[in-house]
Amino acid sequence: MLKIENLHATVADKPILKGLSLSINAGEIHAIMGPNGAGKSTLSYVLGGRPGYEVTEGSVYFDGQDLLDMEPHERAAAGLFLGFQYPVEIPGVSNVQFLRESLNAQRKSRGLEPLSGGDFLKLAREKAGLLKMDMDMLKRPVNVGFSGGEKKRNEMVQMGIIDPKLAILDETDSGLDIDALRTVGDGINAIMRRPDKAVLLITHYQRLLDYVQPDFVHVLAAGRIVKSGGPELARELEEHGYAEIAA
Amino acid sequence: MTISALPSRRDEAWRYSDIDAVTAAWPLPAPESIIVPAGGDFKRAIVQDAGDIRQIELVLGKGAAASLHVLNIGGAYGRIELNVILHEGADFHLGAAQIGGGEQNLEIVTTVTHAEPGATSRQVVRSVLGGTATGTYLGKVAVARDAQQTDSEQDVKAMLLDRSATANAKPELEIFADDVKCAHGCAIGELDAMALYYLQSRGLPPGEAKKLMLQAFVAGVFDGAEDEEKLQALALAKLGELV
Repeated sequence: MLKIENLHATVADKPILKGLSLSINAGEIHAIMGPNGAGKSTLSYVLGGRPGYEVTEGSVYFDGQDLLDMEPHERAAAGLFLGFQYPVEIPGVSNVQFLRESLNAQRKSRGLEPLSGGDFLKLAREKAGLLKMDMDMLKRPVNVGFSGGEKKRNEMVQMGIIDPKLAILDETDSGLDIDALRTVGDGINAIMRRPDKAVLLITHYQRLLDYVQPDFVHVLAAGRIVKSGGPELARELEEHGYAEIAA
Repeated sequence: MTISALPSRRDEAWRYSDIDAVTAAWPLPAPESIIVPAGGDFKRAIVQDAGDIRQIELVLGKGAAASLHVLNIGGAYGRIELNVILHEGADFHLGAAQIGGGEQNLEIVTTVTHAEPGATSRQVVRSVLGGTATGTYLGKVAVARDAQQTDSEQDVKAMLLDRSATANAKPELEIFADDVKCAHGCAIGELDAMALYYLQSRGLPPGEAKKLMLQAFVAGVFDGAEDEEKLQALALAKLGELV
């Protein structure tokens, strides 16, 4: 589904990713772990097409399409979802309106009819329920006045509504208390654990992986993947720290 | 504010105007005069979509209220000029949006005189400007010597879609009373890049993402307007042309 080869990327002319390669197949959940500054968030933004993140070498193919050649909204329409580490507050723009317009823009690009207001609200209510989020919050302006945990929950509700093929979740676990972590973990499993979908979890800690069992764990250090393994690798990291494993 | 001689850019209230357009329209017809009697309640929505110069003189009697909503969007040069006089305890509200692209020059020029005590005025103006358009708000609030307990507010914001667009904003206070509240705030900025990226990452094409943010920027000014839905729809259509 996703094939990253020898990816080099810079931010403000500073090299961050230095030859990263990774393949993700449908039905797989991958976790990328690594110390601060390893390039984890840069990877998520490069895949999401954020302006200012320059790819200088390498390639990324998503379902056979050249991902790096696509605009952010085209990547979304192709089925890629980026869960933000710091979801953005947008005063005055209601969550519901924004998500309905986004979803319908995606549907249009796939040649589907737009979803009616009623059908959309039904879908939104279902996904909000899954994430135990109050429907009233979905009617409020995007992330404005939300706590850190509520913002992350909102990201997962958005993911549920948009129903992507591939989700890249950048530190979705940070800022969550234990109960919220379980809810979010259950949400990820319910929405994304399917034979035709895949997930790339980016995280510092083992704890999210207790709820969302990865099939593969990779250690990112200094812009490259330095070690890959199964779920046991995450536990080793938790026990011994990055310094020893990545060395 | 009403003048008999052709203005030039040396006149403060015309310093950003398109003087050629003013000259072509000269002499201007007499300003429209609206008098709201004591205790009266007046509401009006004004859409300037043809490149007009509109001058309105509005007098509010004791305890009267007036609410004007203005959408200034049309023509190469469009000017809305309001001259408002408030008597004791009167209440004036202006909610205005001006949206221009290309080489448009749009302006809203107000003079609100608190002639007697206890009157309130609140002006909210939002401008969205693209291309090499110019949008101007000149707002003078004059408080007469005995107009104590005046409460006035000017809230002015402009959004520039291109670095080549221009926004002018000048709140001006002339206060001769000593127990008054006159607030004024002004900000000029551009759309937040991270918010735009966030919206696009969910599938909105760039133009739609901008339109959604601009709609939110302008939306509040028409709250409670006569014809609120029509104003919102016209504003949205005009925003759609700019992005």
